[in-house]
Amino acid sequence: MSPILEVSDLSKSFGGLKVTKGVNLTVNPGERHLLIGPNGAGKTTLFNLIAGDLASDSGSIKLNGKNITKLTTAKRAQLDLARTYQILTLFGKDNLISNVKLALLGKMSLRWKCWGAFLTECALDEKALDILEKVGLGPKANLPLEQTSYGEKRRLEIAMALAQNPTILLLDEPLAGLSTEERETITTLLQGINRNITILMIEHDMAVALAFADRVTLLHYGEVITSGTRQEVVNDPRTKEIYLGH
Amino acid sequence: MNRIFYIAVLAVLLVLPLILDGTYYTNLASQILIAAIFAMSLNLLVGYAGLTSLGHAGYLGLAAYISSWLTVKLGWNHASTAAIAIMGTTVIAGIFGLIALRATGISFLMITLAFGQILWGLAYRWASVTGGDNGISGIARPHFFGLDLGEASYFYYFTLFIFLLVWIAIAILVRSPFGATIRGTKDQPRRMSALGFNVWLIRWITFTACGFFGSIGGIMYVYYHQFISPHSLSLANSAEMLLMVIAGGAGTLAGPVIGAALVMLLKNVASQYVDHWVTLLGLVFIFIVMFIPGGIVAGFMRIKNAINTPK
Repeated sequence: MSPILEVSDLSKSFGGLKVTKGVNLTVNPGERHLLIGPNGAGKTTLFNLIAGDLASDSGSIKLNGKNITKLTTAKRAQLDLARTYQILTLFGKDNLISNVKLALLGKMSLRWKCWGAFLTECALDEKALDILEKVGLGPKANLPLEQTSYGEKRRLEIAMALAQNPTILLLDEPLAGLSTEERETITTLLQGINRNITILMIEHDMAVALAFADRVTLLHYGEVITSGTRQEVVNDPRTKEIYLGH
Repeated sequence: MNRIFYIAVLAVLLVLPLILDGTYYTNLASQILIAAIFAMSLNLLVGYAGLTSLGHAGYLGLAAYISSWLTVKLGWNHASTAAIAIMGTTVIAGIFGLIALRATGISFLMITLAFGQILWGLAYRWASVTGGDNGISGIARPHFFGLDLGEASYFYYFTLFIFLLVWIAIAILVRSPFGATIRGTKDQPRRMSALGFNVWLIRWITFTACGFFGSIGGIMYVYYHQFISPHSLSLANSAEMLLMVIAGGAGTLAGPVIGAALVMLLKNVASQYVDHWVTLLGLVFIFIVMFIPGGIVAGFMRIKNAINTPK
């Protein structure tokens, strides 16, 4: 089985600060891969490098065997890579369904159409509602974003990424800042995602994350310390020392 | 409700020359509509794409100088000079866009300001073509379906017709799926990229469209004044256009039109009574920014919502 995502010897510095040091990471199709590490380990930076928000200094990134190292963020998205953000990145003035519709529009040629009302694009409406229902936001589809709770916004983050119909989904702390109850909702939601979508996830809630993950990679000061199955990484003394011991 | 409002406004605009006493106010109404074309076109960039420009008078100048020069110096007819002026200005806007859109925010603003100043400098210094400080005069108003647009009320109706075309075109554009992506690049450019949108290209198309609609205003401007000089390309003029957009309500359809009316009325009516009308304009602008941020249209909507919401 060829990996869906293959990061080789990837490095990135901000001035003198090396935030990503020769990272190697392999994610196989359908896998739930967890990225852990203490604050400042370079997890989000690695996400930004993979998604294209940051340009790497050296090394390569392959998506489905295709070298995407030099591609723009938008081109990577067109190759079925989707992501969510740790800090909510939503269209705050619109309602929920508009957010999802815009996400759907990203890969359609309809996005260049200069006439006809976007608000009443019915084909998009149906699809968007479907996706909102999947994340349990169907009844709130027409609410403006400002009238929804933080937990609902977190679910919308995921809904927008799912709308992109990705083959690989990067989730940056999908549970950040949520209550226990909301965590359960989102955990159930994540477990329900079809296995034909590969997931690479950053998450600090170890109980949830470890239960969810097939494989785990531990990052520390921009380096991969260990990578392997859940059991291998959890049992690794370095993991305890760096992460779980804290 | 909205539809009735718009029909009422249109009806008033249609009978305006009949109500207004004399050509002075009819001409003022034409000037307001022309200013509104500039403000609406600039609003595409400022209000919808979130890119503040201080060089919009440059498009006025480009279109006005190209059409004046072709008409006066080469004796071409109005239809072909207008077409070439619009195309030429749009192409140059496209080239400016390639450079200006390497930046956003304050750097973008400075680059557009520089473009405006370059065009102003060209108009001023390239005297063999532009007539320098004297400008180019003598471009006659065209005839339109046999009507002599030299007549104030005919010119007003012609301007109203062009204004409505621009309004409808921009209204269709901003409501379309592409219009939604323009607004998206303003609010969340990063997310838009991650969703697969080419943010740069969307901005460039908007930038070029802003130049295209601006050039239409430029042609109307030179038809009205039958004269173009470097003064019309000044930074002050660009700033005035930006003021119209912000005072009226950036990112709304009606805002720039209301802003244009406000500025032009102050400029022409208040200046009859007050020497320093610019000071008055400044005060009005400060009042709007402090008490109705988002502009007149946004303020009006807030009042309307407050009335409609049961307590």
